[in-house]
Amino acid sequence: MNEELIISGRMNPNIDPVLHVWHWQIPIYLFLGGLAAGLLFFAAYFTITGKADKYPTAVKIAPIIAPIAIVLGLIALLLDLKHKLYFWQLYTTIRFVSPMSWGAWVLMGITPTAFIWVASYLKEIMPKINADSKLLKWMLGLIFTFKNEDEAVNWDWKYQFLRTYEVYIIRNRVLVAWVMIVLAVILGVYTGILLSAFNARPLWNSAILGPLFLTSGLSTAAASIMWMAKNEFEKMVFGRIDILLIVIELFFIIHLFMGFLAGPQVQVEAAHYFLGGEFTVTFWINVVIIGLIVPGILEVMELFHIKIPVIIPALLILYGGLMFRFIMVEAGQVTRFLY
Amino acid sequence: MRYAMAIDTKKCVGCSDCVIACQTENNVPIGYARDWIVELTEGSYPNLSLEIRSERCNHCDNTPCVRTCPTGASHIIEGGIVKVTHSECIGCGACIQSCPYDARYTHPDGYVDKCTFCDHRVANGQDPACVSVCPTKCMYFGDMDDSNSEVAKIVANRKWKSLAPEAGTLPQIFYLV
Repeated sequence: MNEELIISGRMNPNIDPVLHVWHWQIPIYLFLGGLAAGLLFFAAYFTITGKADKYPTAVKIAPIIAPIAIVLGLIALLLDLKHKLYFWQLYTTIRFVSPMSWGAWVLMGITPTAFIWVASYLKEIMPKINADSKLLKWMLGLIFTFKNEDEAVNWDWKYQFLRTYEVYIIRNRVLVAWVMIVLAVILGVYTGILLSAFNARPLWNSAILGPLFLTSGLSTAAASIMWMAKNEFEKMVFGRIDILLIVIELFFIIHLFMGFLAGPQVQVEAAHYFLGGEFTVTFWINVVIIGLIVPGILEVMELFHIKIPVIIPALLILYGGLMFRFIMVEAGQVTRFLY
Repeated sequence: MRYAMAIDTKKCVGCSDCVIACQTENNVPIGYARDWIVELTEGSYPNLSLEIRSERCNHCDNTPCVRTCPTGASHIIEGGIVKVTHSECIGCGACIQSCPYDARYTHPDGYVDKCTFCDHRVANGQDPACVSVCPTKCMYFGDMDDSNSEVAKIVANRKWKSLAPEAGTLPQIFYLV
């Protein structure tokens, strides 16, 4: 038997024995970014197609999560940086060959867009704001002014330019939606492309990762909308969208491993981490069975009018999406070219 | 001009003098290394073959680390040396993820650090610290574009291999075998 024994004198922290440069922050960001991208995509899509009134949850209510998710994701990204105070260097240059660079610029664009979108619907979804505590009242008072309790909308923007701006945005919502849908798709794809740009990690080096992460992000967003929806019609439509996305995602996952198994030695080895190796149980049980197949079956049952609380498939899909990103980031750093 | 290094695995004894020289010359923080020794034993007992390599950044021609750097902190200077501008580095780890040789590390101060081919010495006409201290003289450093340089001659005349050429990085450290 031919054996190979490698002894390396290198013991750099976070590099050896196994690369561990990215910790929990990156998968958390990939999850939140994908979720936000999906939510904004659906909101923009149904606005462009003129169905905003048919899908009030998707267009008006669910997008509230998006800016919150983006901000939390950005905090996670900042925590990931080791040279934190230099983060602004990202915005001194645009490097199209570096996904992280244009990803940073897309975030720069989509974050304000998400805030604007939510703010323009705020009067519709929150006509009454009641600030009980003094502190809350003071904080809200920074941007809101309060009117008489009896009026249908008991608040307004404090500054005139915000009011003018609001009117402008509401009038041009379709235009904003077009900008947002483009940025949302780029953000969704970017979460996968970020990983696939690293050819040194064989598990990540697959072009299918972009569409796979986009699909997964859309599916977590559809699950959230389904969960938040008040009317049965919207619940049903997003249940169906979710079934479709789950099927696409399963195909992409199969495709991913087919590509690896037909690839060079390092990618065959990467695939074997998931086909018998140390990530097999974690991946197939958490991501594929709990995160995709079970919620898929539950949603199909729902189609046949078997009553299932919507929270169960929704939570399973969100869990699956989160686990998928954790496992991909973790396992990718284990696969390598040399030793 | 294209700086490159040839390392004779037949002459290297794995003494780690290059590692210590680098750590001293470049003030590498304790517990970190920009170059390191790898011992490779192959075969089945008793027919074994041993290869000892002194490894470091390969100062590749096709540099994934420079490509993926979002700020341009990772860059290539004259002679093809890959360097990191500390004040532009945000410590995101993209270059570390993209290096098939795992030659980079995050300095305790936050920025990413790596082998510089001792460009401060090379600029003065000296060899890198690792090359200059090697007791078996197994390392050759010089300009590959100059066909009369020692490194170009030995790479032309000896059998050599590079590490993970399948990664497509066109590494510029040649291991003489």
